Amino acid sequence: MNTDWTKTILPRRRLLDIPWRELWQYRDLVWLMAKRNLTAQYKQTVLGPAWFIIQPLLTTVVFSFLFGRVAGMGTDHIPHFLFYMSGLVVFGFFGECVNKTAITFTRNAQLFGKVYFPRLAAPLSQMLTNLAGFGVQFAVFLIGLAFYWAKMHWFPDPQHLVHLAPNWRIAIFPFLLVLAALLGLGVGFIIAGLTTRYRDLQMAVGFGVQLWMYASSVVFPLSKIKDSAYVALLKLNPMVPIIESFRFAFLGEGVVTKGDLAISAATCVVVFFVGLMMFCKTEQTVMDTV
Amino acid sequence: MSLAIKVESLSKLYRLGELGRRSFLHDWKNKLLHIAEPDDAPGNFWALRDISFDIEQGQVVAVIGHNGAGKSTLLKILSSITSPTRGSAKLRGRVASLLEVGTGFHNELTGRDNVFLNGAILGMTTREVAKKFDEIVAFSEIADFIDTPVKRYSSGMRVRLAFAVAAHLEPEILIVDEVLAVGDAAFQQRCVGKMGEVSRSGRTVLFVSHNAAAVENLCTRGIVLHHGRMDFDGTQTEALRHYASRFANSGSDLRARTDRTGTGEARITEVEFRDAQGRATQAVTSADPIEVWIHYECASPLPKLTANLTITTPVGAPLITQSNNFTAQPLANPPLRGALVCRLDTLPLIEGTYRFDIGLYPHFRLRVPIDEVKNAAELQVMAGNYFGGGKLPYAAAGDGHILVSGTWRVEPASA
Repeated sequence: MNTDWTKTILPRRRLLDIPWRELWQYRDLVWLMAKRNLTAQYKQTVLGPAWFIIQPLLTTVVFSFLFGRVAGMGTDHIPHFLFYMSGLVVFGFFGECVNKTAITFTRNAQLFGKVYFPRLAAPLSQMLTNLAGFGVQFAVFLIGLAFYWAKMHWFPDPQHLVHLAPNWRIAIFPFLLVLAALLGLGVGFIIAGLTTRYRDLQMAVGFGVQLWMYASSVVFPLSKIKDSAYVALLKLNPMVPIIESFRFAFLGEGVVTKGDLAISAATCVVVFFVGLMMFCKTEQTVMDTV
Repeated sequence: MSLAIKVESLSKLYRLGELGRRSFLHDWKNKLLHIAEPDDAPGNFWALRDISFDIEQGQVVAVIGHNGAGKSTLLKILSSITSPTRGSAKLRGRVASLLEVGTGFHNELTGRDNVFLNGAILGMTTREVAKKFDEIVAFSEIADFIDTPVKRYSSGMRVRLAFAVAAHLEPEILIVDEVLAVGDAAFQQRCVGKMGEVSRSGRTVLFVSHNAAAVENLCTRGIVLHHGRMDFDGTQTEALRHYASRFANSGSDLRARTDRTGTGEARITEVEFRDAQGRATQAVTSADPIEVWIHYECASPLPKLTANLTITTPVGAPLITQSNNFTAQPLANPPLRGALVCRLDTLPLIEGTYRFDIGLYPHFRLRVPIDEVKNAAELQVMAGNYFGGGKLPYAAAGDGHILVSGTWRVEPASA
């Protein structure tokens, strides 16, 4: 008897049996779904993709006003706008990945129940969509950066000393994005895996992500925290070294060491793989419970 | 011939009941204490039990069974939508499953975008879809609307486009679940035609259907599932016959029915069907004779009874009425318990499911019922050789239900 079966269906796959090859075969689907998410999101809206920018821009304005002006929280020598925007776009990308990945099964229940494709295609395509959104927001950030940089050079304001020092570390920017994506997907996978039978966690996701943001040096510079114990604690949050590195690369201010970033990177990778295993385990029977 | 599918003692367990706080605690208690649930624990439902079969490459196999027999579960496992609880299934070649037409269509996208997206969901690459795009659009007959968002489509257009995409998949194994039950008559014809084409091209097809004529014509083998177990495996014709005989022992007791009207002097207790050989059945073939046995009981002797039976469509539209009043056969002095038997010499019904409304009256025109039960029994009619020409008439949506013998000829225009 020949044994060259293309596919073997068993009650349980092995824990690390991630269908990479299949995913590669379905790469067109990932791409098309990413495009669909994008177009569908803003169909029949007047402002269309401008919504990508409006949200972080308005939040930046509100934060600049609340934390910068009213609370008088300093942002070192960085303009409020650039400081908050930098944190918000990076964290926003991560947060969107968590939020959207967490609802993969519930949102696609109809589809998953009727047709098979590697389930990972859904969160991956959503991640690409988020990446596109991030790209637009990042472009706005770069425009702001160029504006303040030009102002610093040609029209310096002695009242407000601005110090911007974009540097070669910008080269690690793609690496930072990958880390944020891995962490976002990983956390999302874990929640998706835990919430298919009991939806409780899903209630907490949006709220949890928001709380996470306040613990991620988005609204305050790490340098303002004097107690080193708190700083160490905050750095356990893998998003902190990522955001600080991003600020350090583009703005020239940030409290981060190579070691911090290495620990953060390791955490992201571990979380991603733990999440991935949970997702692939859940995926096999999820359609019986959703 | 090599095997395309090998299924070995496949079983699937579902847990019934609400998921909530109690099931959560229960799950974790069992998990922590390593308690394995017994197979027949309350709330456990085996949708499939120990199913094994081999399918050779190029076979077209029908999966037949009543609702809840496990057909859909089997297809879902074979298409990897859910995992089995036990056992295994092995497949050779690319698998495409069509459990629903138009899954994954996105309302906001145009027909064109949806063709590509749907193709990708079904496992085609963008290049493959592009190569067949013109064919797909031609088959769907909606070329004029291909750049319109799908949300503006009629349901018929959606189905046509979706089936067109699916029909142009070229898998080695095709799994189809009753998609033929949609669309208008002409389109159904073409779907059946396309299915035939697929099966003739040497691909393996697994086909779930209640459409006896389609099974008879398209398939070469039939598997009957009954309450999750393999009940029969053989040629499609034998399988259909076996399936029909399965209905035989499910005569229903009508005594418990409360949705009846009448004075109650007599009560219909059961309605059963018997075939030409006098065997109880719930499925007959078009054109075959059938006897309807109306079992009744009455509290006190009645001088006479008039019985009416009305055959209706599944939605209750009356088609045929037969009465002993029509045939002028008074049923005088009936015993306290017995059956009123009506023999229909040929059943002029096209294949499908029919319902029987039964009524007992003191006199025919005096329509004060003694007992009247709507939908007292259900009869499956399978396509049969009604016209004697060997062709099995089958019903497409919109067709009539009643067959009338007749002949056709061509006449030239008179001068």
